[in-house]
Amino acid sequence: MSVSEDLDTRFREAAAAAGLIDAAFDLADTPIGTLLVAATDRGLCQISFDPDRGLDELSRKVGTRVLRVPRKLDPARRELDEYFEGRRTEFDLPLDIARVAEFNRVVLDELALVPYGQVTTYGALAAKVGRPRAARAVGVVMNRNPIPIVLPCHRVIGASGSLTGYGGGLHRKQALLELEGALLPSSN
Amino acid sequence: MGGVNVPPFERFYEEHRGVVLGMLAKRLGRERAEDAFQETFFRALRAYPKLRDGRNLRAWVLTIAANVATDEHRRTKLWSGVEVADLETVDERPGYAELRELTADLPPTERAAVVLRYGYDLDYARIGAVLGSSTEAARQAASSGVRRLRRKELS
Repeated sequence: MSVSEDLDTRFREAAAAAGLIDAAFDLADTPIGTLLVAATDRGLCQISFDPDRGLDELSRKVGTRVLRVPRKLDPARRELDEYFEGRRTEFDLPLDIARVAEFNRVVLDELALVPYGQVTTYGALAAKVGRPRAARAVGVVMNRNPIPIVLPCHRVIGASGSLTGYGGGLHRKQALLELEGALLPSSN
Repeated sequence: MGGVNVPPFERFYEEHRGVVLGMLAKRLGRERAEDAFQETFFRALRAYPKLRDGRNLRAWVLTIAANVATDEHRRTKLWSGVEVADLETVDERPGYAELRELTADLPPTERAAVVLRYGYDLDYARIGAVLGSSTEAARQAASSGVRRLRRKELS
């Protein structure tokens, strides 16, 4: 028997309101693909380029009670829409990176300060957190960034100027930098 | 963080919600099945973090749904018992009809408690059972209903 949209929505929202879930998520359609966007009560905790794998990862990370509750992600979806339309250069969303290791958190805090439309290098970011020789470790932190786009790891490139790598694939990194005007279209 | 092979709740819910609603609709009728559906998945959510095995989740959630349906039946049976008494005894108890009118403006629980206590002379334990609350809560509902009636009389 099919569950009506109304009943389904009522259940999802009541479950979230009753505090019975570990995290809420939704899917967001963007020019670089459908993203899984997830938040705990503390804030945005994950953005994934592969929603299926992202859901498994979320479940492993925050607990198995993860449920799609679109309303809980309204602010995040709205800000992402504005960003992709070029109308937003900074995100104003509470973030939950409590499960991230200490060093990673320090690096991600520093990453958050890299401005829209600019790039920095792994080495420069490492130097900023007082570990000038830890460029490679910084690369690993970027690769494991739980909230790409909002925490702008796409703005971090290699010392030679090459894009180097990106969890969502280099074509996405290029698209984001082009959107921000940091790269000329297909200049790399 | 959950047991082996326990899927994210979203996948579990998507996979089994249809069969759960179907079973509840058969047992309770479409309308009452909706509340029971929510209750079933609330109970499943509460128990989910303790699951150690992701196999047979369909049997697991159908067991929860069956328990919810049984609880729901029990509640209705008690209520319908009252309804039957109402019809059978209405002629012998003219006071009841009067009470029913007098209490029309009370909150439902207080109204039921007052009518059952003074119209049917049920004790509070029985009223509690009918209302799905404790004996003490039934006593309080009846007494606050009476107080409310008195205030109305004075005003």
